[in-house]
Amino acid sequence: MSILVQFAVGLIFGLGLILAGMANPAKVLNFLDLAAIPAGRWDASLIFVMAGGIAVTMLGYRLAFRRERPLLAARFALPGASRPDTRLVTGAALFGIGWGLAGFCPGPALTAALTGGVPALIFLAAMLAGMALARRLAAATAVSIAPVELRRES
Amino acid sequence: MIETAFTPIASLAGGALIGLAAVLLMLFQGRIAGISGIVSRLLPPEVDGETAGRLAFVAGLVLAPLVAYAAGSAWPVPQIAATIPVLVVAGLLVGFGSVWGNGCTSGHGICGLSRLSLRSLIAVATFMASAIATVFVVRHLL
Repeated sequence: MSILVQFAVGLIFGLGLILAGMANPAKVLNFLDLAAIPAGRWDASLIFVMAGGIAVTMLGYRLAFRRERPLLAARFALPGASRPDTRLVTGAALFGIGWGLAGFCPGPALTAALTGGVPALIFLAAMLAGMALARRLAAATAVSIAPVELRRES
Repeated sequence: MIETAFTPIASLAGGALIGLAAVLLMLFQGRIAGISGIVSRLLPPEVDGETAGRLAFVAGLVLAPLVAYAAGSAWPVPQIAATIPVLVVAGLLVGFGSVWGNGCTSGHGICGLSRLSLRSLIAVATFMASAIATVFVVRHLL
């Protein structure tokens, strides 16, 4: 049951990315290109993705948290309220550079696996390598990846 | 650059679907819908009782274009302007940065901001700024 739910959630997430235009790197880059505003060539669509996503999630989370526990798990696993640190900012800054270079973030990189041909697969492979590298480096330097550490599971 | 059309309605609806997915994952599994977190934990050494669920989630994402197509949408081909070397560098940065910074556009951008997390707010402000700066340099300075 739990496996089926997660498959369906992945599917809905992917359909959302496709419908939103977020799965298309050209659209993402045209959104990030603020210098195109004066020329009238800025694509503001992704603001609406954020707005729709956050509105539904904010409301839905509130309803979900009224429950004692999730439907199929022992408890809600939320990242702890640790303070922002250098690692957070460094990671986010590097992520942003990569996002700005190609227009792909992790979700769209996966929805493009079947549709984006060789270039999309090359990005996906490099992304997985980058993730593996970060995990190794974190383990080697004994830095904890916060959500793993703080996940509260029975 | 490749021109794209302004699509506020479709983007709002797509965003709402992404939000619905995030809410369902919390309601059923009690988990944040952070793609980088889910995908990176499929990589060694982390294999645990949740691996199958993570794989199922990723399979759903990968197969979404087929479902969209079956539902009557056009085959959603991503328009990729970047060259192969740029894609490699970008992929490494996106993968490394999202794990190092504990999240990406979904985990920090949708889930974290919805929970009013200060860490996520700082992460989103940081990656939006660096992404905007990167596009500016690539498109207008180089």
